[in-house]
Amino acid sequence: MTELTELSAVEIAERVASRDVSAVEVAHAHLDRIAELNPALNAFLHVDTDGALAQARRVDAGEVEGALAGVPLALKDVIVTKGVPTTAGSKILEGWVPPYDATIVERMRDAGIVVLGKTNMDEFAMGSSTEHSAFGPSHNPWDLDRTPGGSGGGSSAAVAGNLAPLGIGTDTGGSIRQPGAVTGTVGVKPTYGGVSRYGLIAFSSSLDQAGPCARTVLDAALLHEVIGGHDARDSTSIDQPVPPVVAAARSGDVSGLRVGVVREFGGEGYQPGVTARFTEAVELLTSLGADVVEVSCPHFDYALPAYYLIAPSEASSNLARYDAMRYGLRVGDDGEASAEEVMAITRAAGFGPEVKRRIILGTYALSAGYYDAYYGQAQKVRTLITRDFEAAWQSVDVLVSPTTPTTAFKLGERLDDPLAMYLADLCTIPSNLYGGPAASVPCGLSDDGLPVGLQVMAPVMADDRLYSVMAAVERAKPWSQPTTPR
Amino acid sequence: MTTVTTSRYDDVLERYDAVLGLETHVELGTVTKLFCGCSTAFGAEPNSQVCPTCLGLPGSLPVTNGTAIDYSIKIGLALHCDIADWCRFARKNYFYPDMPKDYQTSQYDEPLCTDGYLDVTVDGETFRVEIERVHLEEDTGKSLHVGGATGRIHGATHSLVDYNRAGIPLVEIVTRPVRGTGHKAAEVARAYVTELRDILRDLGVSDVRMEQGSLRCDVNLSLMPKGATELGTRTETKNVNSLRSVEQAVRHEVERQAALLDAGERIVQETRHFHEDTGTTSPGRSKEEAQDYRYFPEPDLVPLAPPAEQVEAIRASLPEPPSVRRARFAGANGFTAVDIDQMTNAGVIDLVASTIDGGASPTKAKGWWLGYLVGRANELGEEVTELAIGPAEVVRISALEDDGSLTNKLARQVADAVLAGEGGVDEVIDAHGWKVAGEDELIAAIDAVIADNADTADKVRGGNLGAVGPLVGAVMKATGGAADAKRARELILEKLGQS
Repeated sequence: MTELTELSAVEIAERVASRDVSAVEVAHAHLDRIAELNPALNAFLHVDTDGALAQARRVDAGEVEGALAGVPLALKDVIVTKGVPTTAGSKILEGWVPPYDATIVERMRDAGIVVLGKTNMDEFAMGSSTEHSAFGPSHNPWDLDRTPGGSGGGSSAAVAGNLAPLGIGTDTGGSIRQPGAVTGTVGVKPTYGGVSRYGLIAFSSSLDQAGPCARTVLDAALLHEVIGGHDARDSTSIDQPVPPVVAAARSGDVSGLRVGVVREFGGEGYQPGVTARFTEAVELLTSLGADVVEVSCPHFDYALPAYYLIAPSEASSNLARYDAMRYGLRVGDDGEASAEEVMAITRAAGFGPEVKRRIILGTYALSAGYYDAYYGQAQKVRTLITRDFEAAWQSVDVLVSPTTPTTAFKLGERLDDPLAMYLADLCTIPSNLYGGPAASVPCGLSDDGLPVGLQVMAPVMADDRLYSVMAAVERAKPWSQPTTPR
Repeated sequence: MTTVTTSRYDDVLERYDAVLGLETHVELGTVTKLFCGCSTAFGAEPNSQVCPTCLGLPGSLPVTNGTAIDYSIKIGLALHCDIADWCRFARKNYFYPDMPKDYQTSQYDEPLCTDGYLDVTVDGETFRVEIERVHLEEDTGKSLHVGGATGRIHGATHSLVDYNRAGIPLVEIVTRPVRGTGHKAAEVARAYVTELRDILRDLGVSDVRMEQGSLRCDVNLSLMPKGATELGTRTETKNVNSLRSVEQAVRHEVERQAALLDAGERIVQETRHFHEDTGTTSPGRSKEEAQDYRYFPEPDLVPLAPPAEQVEAIRASLPEPPSVRRARFAGANGFTAVDIDQMTNAGVIDLVASTIDGGASPTKAKGWWLGYLVGRANELGEEVTELAIGPAEVVRISALEDDGSLTNKLARQVADAVLAGEGGVDEVIDAHGWKVAGEDELIAAIDAVIADNADTADKVRGGNLGAVGPLVGAVMKATGGAADAKRARELILEKLGQS
C-alpha cells in the first residue's frame, strides 16, 4: 500500500470520506513525517499537533465535510491563526499569538482541512530563498543544499517533501510560483482580490495575494475553490463567484486556446535546461491543439524596478506598526528610555537586514521631493504593464513564460548579492503589478536534474484558464516527486 | 461683547491685519468606527471597544463605514462644497504610541469635499469664510501620561494608551485664510465655530460636544502690517476646545505676535498649545523641523466614488440651514436681527428657544439668558450651555416671577443659588425661605405696621404721601424681605384711603 503521505489531496479526501482511513490516521502519518524530516528541511516553524488532531477528529465525527475534508495542509506563517503563534518569519513577532483567524483559515476549517502547522518563509515575505527568515533557511527536498525558493519556501518544501499534500503560500512578486517551480510543485497566485487578504500579514497590500500550493493541479484547484470568493472584511475583495477552476483542472482542454509566448522572457540569462523544457512545453500545447503565437510585452522589462519601488514603499508603511507598543518584541524598555527610543531599539533588534533594506528603500521613495520621481513613476510603469497585458488579451487567452530563469540555486549563493536574488522573480512580478492570476506548473527537469516550472498568466478573474493549461501539461508529462529528500 | 476688550488688542488691530485659518475636527456620531464594527460610545472602560482592525493587529484590514461617507457628504453639501465623484484615502505615516498602525488613514490630495463657504454674522456684519476642504479620517487613541505634574508627557513616569477612540471617524474642515475681519478677528473665529457647530448639530452627524472632544479646533493665526501684501508667518494653536477658548486663543496670539513683531523679532512657525486656565498659548513642536508624512494612496481601500444619485439624495434630505431656521424663529417671537445675532454668537439661541418652548415669554427668555446668565457664565469661566441652570429652571423662575411669587431681585438670587449647585429652583426657594409674602400675610403685616405706627399712618391719611416710605420699609422688615414692595405700597395706600 502506498504511504498515506504520498497520496494526493483528492485521494486522501476520498479515502477519508469512504472511511477507508480516518482523518486522524492521515494527520498522524503526516505529523510523523514532519517529525522525521523537518530537522533536515526546516519547512515548519511551528507544528500544531493538538489543533491538527482536534480538527481531524471533527472530520471523523462527521462535523465537517467537503471535497478536501481530512486533508492536511501546511500554512505559511504569514497567515494569522487564533491561538497559534504567527511570526511572518520575523523575530519582531516571535511569541505573538494572534487573537483571531484569517478568513481563509476559517474557510479551510469549515471545509474540514487539517492545518498541520505554520511554515517557514523569508521575513515578512521579503526574499526568494527563505534565507531571510529569522529562523534559518528551509531546504529543497530535491537537493538539501539548495533553496526551496521564497518567500514561501517552507510551504513548497513541505508539499514537495510529502510533509503535506497541500500548502498555502502568499505571492507578492512570485512567492508562490517561484518556490513551486524550484520544488517541482504546483503554485497558483489567484487574481488579486480573488482570495481574501483578511488575516494575511501585509508586505505590500496592493500586490499580496494568498493562493494554493499542491502536488497536483486538481488538488490546487480544489483548495483554490475553498479559500476563494468574496469577503466583506477585505475591501479589495472582488464580489464575484470563484471562476470554474475545478472544472478546468478536470478537463485540461486547450484545443483552440490562444497561447502567447512572452518574447521578453527568454534568451540570455536563462539556464539552457530551463529554456529547453519551456520550449518543449510550448510545443506540447501546440500539439494539443492550442494556437501559439509570440507576443511582445515591452514594459515587462521595467516590472522589476517598478516593483522594487512600489513594494518597499507600501512595506515601509505596513511594517511601521511593529513598534513594541502593543505586541511582539520589546527591547530597551529600561524605564528610562522614551517610547520613541524603545521603538527604534526594538526595530533595530527585531528586523533582519533585508527587511531593513526595503523599509529604507520605501521610506526614501515616498519622501517629500522624491515621491514623484520614484513612487509616482513606478505607478506609471505599473499602468503601462497593465496595458501590455490588456493589449495581449486582444490576441491571446493566456501568456506563458518560464516561471524562473534558473532552477533552484544553492543556499548562500545569492545572499550577498541582492540584485541576483531579485532576478529570481523577474518573470513572476508583472502579474502582481497587473493583478491578474498566474501559476507555475512543473514541466520537466533541467540538465542539472532539478525541476523547471512553466508559468501561465491569464486575465483578471480568468483563473480557470490557468488550470486548463496546467492540467494539460501535467497529464502529458506525468512525473513524481522524489519520496526521500537527497 | 462677551469678553472684556483690551485696548492692547484693538491697538494691535489698528496697525496689523490678522489672518485667520481654522481647522476643525468633528467626531462623527456613527454607531460604529470608520473602518471596523467597534462601538464609538464615549466613556467606556479603556480598551474595551477595540478589535484587530482598530488595534492595527498584523493581518487586519479596514472596511469603510458607509454612514461616515454619507455624513461627510452631508457636511460638505451644507457648507456649499463640491463633492468629489472619485477620491481616495491616503496614509499619513508617523510613529506615535497612540496610533495603532503608526500611520493614520486620512485623505491628502484627494479630499471628498472641496471649495465651499460659510457665512457668519458679527454685530450685523456678514463675513464669508471660505472652506478649502472637508475630508474624512480616523481618530487616534488617547494617551494618558501618569506621574507628572501637568498630565503632559514631560515629567511623566509612564504613559497609558486607550484605543477606544482609535478609528472613530473624524471629519476635518479646513478654511482658506480668512482676511478682512478688522477688529473682529476673534469674534469672527468664534462665530464661525459656533455656526459650524449649529450646522453639524442640525445635520445630526455629531453630538458636537467640545468638552468631550467631539468638536476640536486648531486656530492658525498670522499678522501682517496694514497695507502689506505678503502673509506673515503663522502659528497653529492646537486643541482649542471651547467657543470661549477660540476667541481667547485668537486674542492671545494677536497680542503675542504683535509684541514680537513690534520688538523687531520674527514669528516662529510652530504648533502651540492652548491653556484653558490662563487663556494663553505656549510653544509645542516646531514646524521648521516638520515631519515628512510620506502620504501615499491607501492600498487597503478601494477608491470612494459616491454616485451622483447618492449625492443628490443627500442634498435633498438636508435640513434647513440654521440661518433660515433662526429667521423663522425671530419672526415667530418678535426678535430683531440684532437680537438673533447676539443670541447666536453668545451661544444661547437654542437655550432661549427651549426656554420659550417651556412656556416663558420671548422677552423673559432672552432677558434671562443674554442679559444675565451669559455674564454669569463668563464670570464663572464656563460655557453657558454647561451651566447648572438650564431652560427648565429658567422657565420655572420666570413663571414664579410672572405670578408674583418672586421679585426680580429674588429671582436672580434663586438663579445664583441654582448656579452654585444648591439644588433645583423650588429646593433653593424652600431652603432659603425665599417666598414673596402672600396677600393675606402681607395684609396682616400691614395692619400690624399701621397699628404700631399710628402717627405715621395718620400723616399718610392726611395726604402726606412721602410718609408711606417708612411704612413700606417696616412691612419689608416684618416679612423678612419676602414682600413685593410695590404691592405693599399699593395696599398701604388703599388701607389709608389714598388710592
